[in-house]
Amino acid sequence: MTRESPSPRRPAPRPSAGWARGAFLAMALLALLALWHAGASAARPAPAGAPSIAAILWDWTPAILKGFAANVGISLASALFATVLGTFVGIGQLSLHRPVRWLCWLFTHLFRNAPWLVLLFYCMLLLPFQVRVGAWVVPIPDWVKAVAGISIAAAANMSEIVRGAIQSIPTGQWESAASLAFSRTQALWMIVLPQCVKRMLPPWMNLYALIMVSTPLCAIVGVSEIMTVAADILAANARHDLLMPVYLYLLVLFFLYCYPIAVLTRRLERKFAIAG
Amino acid sequence: MTEIIKEWFDRLYADTGLNFSVFRDAFDAQRFLEGVLTTLEMSAICLALSLAIGVLGAAVQGVRFRPLAWLVDAYIQFFRNTPSVIQLYFFFFGLGPLFTSTNEFGQAVPLVSSYTWAVICFSIYAGAFNVEIFRSGIEAISPATVDAAQALGYTRLGTYVHVVLPLALRISFPALSNNMVNLVKLTSVAYAIAVPDILYASSQIWSDSLNVAEIMNVVLFSYVLIVSVFVWGAGLLERRLRVPGMGV
Repeated sequence: MTRESPSPRRPAPRPSAGWARGAFLAMALLALLALWHAGASAARPAPAGAPSIAAILWDWTPAILKGFAANVGISLASALFATVLGTFVGIGQLSLHRPVRWLCWLFTHLFRNAPWLVLLFYCMLLLPFQVRVGAWVVPIPDWVKAVAGISIAAAANMSEIVRGAIQSIPTGQWESAASLAFSRTQALWMIVLPQCVKRMLPPWMNLYALIMVSTPLCAIVGVSEIMTVAADILAANARHDLLMPVYLYLLVLFFLYCYPIAVLTRRLERKFAIAG
Repeated sequence: MTEIIKEWFDRLYADTGLNFSVFRDAFDAQRFLEGVLTTLEMSAICLALSLAIGVLGAAVQGVRFRPLAWLVDAYIQFFRNTPSVIQLYFFFFGLGPLFTSTNEFGQAVPLVSSYTWAVICFSIYAGAFNVEIFRSGIEAISPATVDAAQALGYTRLGTYVHVVLPLALRISFPALSNNMVNLVKLTSVAYAIAVPDILYASSQIWSDSLNVAEIMNVVLFSYVLIVSVFVWGAGLLERRLRVPGMGV
């Protein structure tokens, strides 16, 4: 006998998570920036003829956004590779073949326990700058190596997400698939994995946000992106009072990109938790 | 012992040209070892500070005066959703010049070293995650437990310190240890402001000895070893601290 369960238990409303609050936060930060700028320029007026900080930031905004686009591009490419690679490694961790299982386990735990920056350095310095494919010499640009470094680190995380999701599917699903004459591979791809997609979505979005906030590390290993633009601005103007506003500007930019993802992730988490 | 290791790597160098200078050269070994110690020390200090921030933040979020909770919330969301490298640059290059004194020659001297800025930045960053982790641990405690404590005459503070906090710590330990592992990995970012940790010390070694491939592998192995030991220890502690019938 089945009975409709009484109204599903809703998690207590959390104080965070809300577009309105995020927008408010961003506005408050910008207001703080403006206020600080006003205070600073009142305390120490800029030399006659020198442009104000706000004007400099405004002038450089197209370049900054171009740099930010590079970050978004790197993050999207890395997320794509990490998802594909991580899915296969994650499945491999549950393989019936012992060597495959062992290798996938090693990949996951080796790269999950290594700092992302170290993996970036590793790929940057040890991958060749060109490869010879038959008669062609294919150059490997720096940003491809950076994507490889981030992808490996993210794939190790993805692998654990996939493994966890597959293991969270009740064994009954496998057994009923087997009783309907699905092979193990068929059951995995046609029955178990489709059910995993929903469960993996929130952690996958978390991972994407993590990849995005890791992209400025690429500047340390010499890939041009938003931090390079920041260095250009600072070099072109050579003003000490510009340091804080420039970095704050970048932080706000990243926040505006990542916070909506975080809010959406939490909404999905909550939605799936109730539907569960 | 060290002689045997040195001899072995000397022979490896003679046979294959692989120059693991950190095992062969006393100066490189010294630099590398100091890097390892810096990383470990930085991790330990950040760990303690970020835990303190987490406990404090979660306590403030429980206070009835709401604007304080909003402030903590703004802090959490801002630090969670922005890159830690830029945060580090903001602290070191943006705030650093505000904390300077002048020496006897009239030059500006930083009061806060790059090492200290890295510790401050990483503690605040990891602390933002810890506040949320602690809060969800506190939320997992049944109100009946808190009521029972108050019925026994505990004050609000007493309930928090003696009943809520110990339970919340144990419930949230898995998430907490996960975040602490990330913190240990995060310390490598201090390379960006020239804190002499493993990565930075190694970069100096491979610039001098021109053995990038060998040292890069040593660096990777060192970090994986340190983090793995940390994960293993956290796992042991996690099993000991598990609250029967609570958490996952």
